[in-house]
Amino acid sequence: MNHPEAKTGQTQPVRVFLVDDHALFRTGAKAELTNASGIIEVVGEAGSVGEAVAGIGHFEPDVVLLDVHMPDGGGAEVLRRARKTHPNVVFLALSVSDAAEDVIAVIRAGARGYVTKTISARELVDAVVRVHHGDAVFSPRLAGFVLDAFADRPGAAPINDPELDLLTPRERDVLRLLARGYAYKEIAAELFISVKTVETHVSSVLRKTQLSNRYELSRWATDRRLI
Amino acid sequence: MSAAAGSQRTAQARRDPRTSAEATTGRTLRRRRSSRVIAGVAGGLADHLRVDVRWVRVIITLLAAVDGLGVVVYGALWAVVRQRSVDVAEPDSPRERTQAIGMVVLGFGLLVATSSFGQGLSGQLFFPASVALIGAVLVWREADETQRRRWAQGARTGVAEVFIGNGGRGAIIRSLSGAALVITGIVVLLVDSLALAPLQFALLSVIVTLIGTAVLTLPWWLRLVRDLDEERFARIRTEERAEIAAHLHDSVLQTLALIQKQAENDKEVRRLARSQERQLRTWLYGATGYGGSSRAGGADADTDAPPAEPTSAKTLAEVVSEVCGEVEDTFAIKVQQVVVGDCEVDDRVLAAVWAAREAMVNAAKHAEVGEVSVFVEIEPEQIELFVRDRGKGFDPTTVSQDRHGLADSIHGRMERHGGTVRLRTAPGEGTEVALRLPRTGDKR
Repeated sequence: MNHPEAKTGQTQPVRVFLVDDHALFRTGAKAELTNASGIIEVVGEAGSVGEAVAGIGHFEPDVVLLDVHMPDGGGAEVLRRARKTHPNVVFLALSVSDAAEDVIAVIRAGARGYVTKTISARELVDAVVRVHHGDAVFSPRLAGFVLDAFADRPGAAPINDPELDLLTPRERDVLRLLARGYAYKEIAAELFISVKTVETHVSSVLRKTQLSNRYELSRWATDRRLI
Repeated sequence: MSAAAGSQRTAQARRDPRTSAEATTGRTLRRRRSSRVIAGVAGGLADHLRVDVRWVRVIITLLAAVDGLGVVVYGALWAVVRQRSVDVAEPDSPRERTQAIGMVVLGFGLLVATSSFGQGLSGQLFFPASVALIGAVLVWREADETQRRRWAQGARTGVAEVFIGNGGRGAIIRSLSGAALVITGIVVLLVDSLALAPLQFALLSVIVTLIGTAVLTLPWWLRLVRDLDEERFARIRTEERAEIAAHLHDSVLQTLALIQKQAENDKEVRRLARSQERQLRTWLYGATGYGGSSRAGGADADTDAPPAEPTSAKTLAEVVSEVCGEVEDTFAIKVQQVVVGDCEVDDRVLAAVWAAREAMVNAAKHAEVGEVSVFVEIEPEQIELFVRDRGKGFDPTTVSQDRHGLADSIHGRMERHGGTVRLRTAPGEGTEVALRLPRTGDKR
C-alpha cells in the first residue's frame, strides 16, 4: 500500500527488512518468514542502528521488523533517524523484552505495532501483512502495558488531560480482550462490531499512545518510580 | 507491583547513566578539548546551552569589567567542570580564534580600566593579583594538557605528573614559570602591604601562601577525587561482569547442555527451554531481579536509583507469575500471562489465584493445546482473572457428577469468598473461565 509496487495488487510480496543485533535470531526469522512463500520477501537485514538506517535508506522496504533492544539506542533510535527520511516505511516492533517502558518508547517513536518473539511464524506473517495494510498490531502483553499506562486508578494523580489522551470505554474493552488473548476476529464477535471497527479502535489507541502528552507520561513514570 | 511495572524499574536501573561516565557527555556540561583558547569553558558552555560561542565569550568579557566577576566565574567553572574525555570536532575557524583571543585581551583591558579608575579592585592589589592569575592559568592549562595525554595513554598519575606528565621540557618550563608567576604575585602582594604590623604580616603571609598552594595544587586534588571515582566504577563493572558470567554459566549453559543431551525428546527440550526462559526473565527483569532496585542499592550506594523496597509480602502479580510458571513446568504448555495493576495478597485473593490455577490445569489437561492465556486485571472495586485456551472446549451440561475440579476447586472456592465464576465454552470453540472477586475495603 505504501510502496508503489504494492499498489498494483496483492500478488506483490511484502518487502521486509530485519533489524536485530542477534544474527541467530535474524537467520531464524528469515527462514520462517521466507517459508510463507510469496507473501513475504526479506530484502535485507541489519545488526546495528547505523546499518539499519543505511539499509532502510537503501532498500526502502515496506515493513521493518525492529528489535527493541540493541546497542546504541535500540529500536527507538532507528525510528528517530529513519522515520523522517522514509515516512512511508512501516515499523513493527519485535521484542523479547518484558520491560514495558522499552516497548512503549518504540511505540511512541512511531512503530505501528508490537509483537513478542515467541510469536508463531504464521502469526508473525499475519502481523507483517496487517501493519503493511496500515493497521496496528498489538500482542496481549502490549495491550496489558497500555492498559496499565492509561489506568486511572485511585491514588494516581487526577486526570486533567485533554480528551485526546484518554482511552474511550470501547477502546478499553478492545484492549482488555486483546490482553485476554483474543484475536481481532474474536473481539469483533464478542463486542458485536466489525473487524474493521476493532482495527480502528486499536489504531486510535496507538495514536493516543504516541500523542499522549508529557503530563500523562510523567505520571505513568512516577507511578512506577521510574523518576 | 505487576510484572510489567516491576520490569520497567529494572530496565531503568540497567541504563543507569552512572555506570558509564562518558555516556552522559552529550547532556552534562563539559569543557571543550579542541578549539579552546584558555580552557574551553566558554565553548563548553556554548555547547551545553546550544548558543553561539561568541555570545558566551562576549558575556564573560563584559562580566570581567564588573569587579572581575567574569574571571572568577571562568576560573570556578574551569576548576569544577570536567574536560571532555572524547574529542569532538568543533567548528574552529582562525577568525573565531582571533576573535576569542581579542576577547581575552579586551576582558583583561576592561579589568585594568575599571580598577585603575578606582571603581573595582584597587590598583595596588591589581598588579600582583593579575600576575598570580596568569601564573595560575599557565599551571592549570598545563594540567589540562597532561590530562589529555593521560587519556590517550590510559595511565595513572602522581603529583608531579599531574602538572608535567610526559610533556617533556616544555611542560616543565610552563609549569614552573606558572608557579613562579603565582609566587611572584603573592610576594609582591605581601611586599605592598608592608605597612602592616609584624604579627599581621606573618599571619597574612601564611594565609596567602596557603591560598597560593591551594591554587597551584587544585588540579591535583581534583584529579585525586576523580581517579578514586573512576577506579570505583571500574571495580564495580568488573564485579558485575564476573557475576553475569557466573549466572549464565549456572543457568543458560547448563540448560543448553541438557538440551543437547535430550535433543530427541521434544517435550523435554521445550520444558527445559521454557523454564530457563522464565528463570532468566525473572533474573533480568523481575522485581528482585538482576537490575532490580535492591541490587542497584547494594552495588552502588550513591546512584540515583530508588532505595530498595521492603519485600515483605508477595504481590498478586508475583503470585500469578509463580503459579503460571508452575503450571508451565508441570504440564509442558505455554502460559501467557498479562497482569494489569497490582495489589497485596490476602486469603481471598489467594483463593481466586488457586481457582485460576485449577482452570489452567484443566486447560492443560483437557484442551489439547500448547498455549493458555491468563489475564488478570486489578481494579479499585474488583479483581478479574481470565483463563482461556483455544482448545477443543466442552459442553458443561455433559460433565459428569463425579468430576470435582470445576465444581469444587473453581466454583466452590470462588463462592466461599464472595466471588463469581462465568464459564464460556462450547465444543470446538475453546474455553474461557472468568473469575471475578469484589474487593472489600481498600487494600492498595
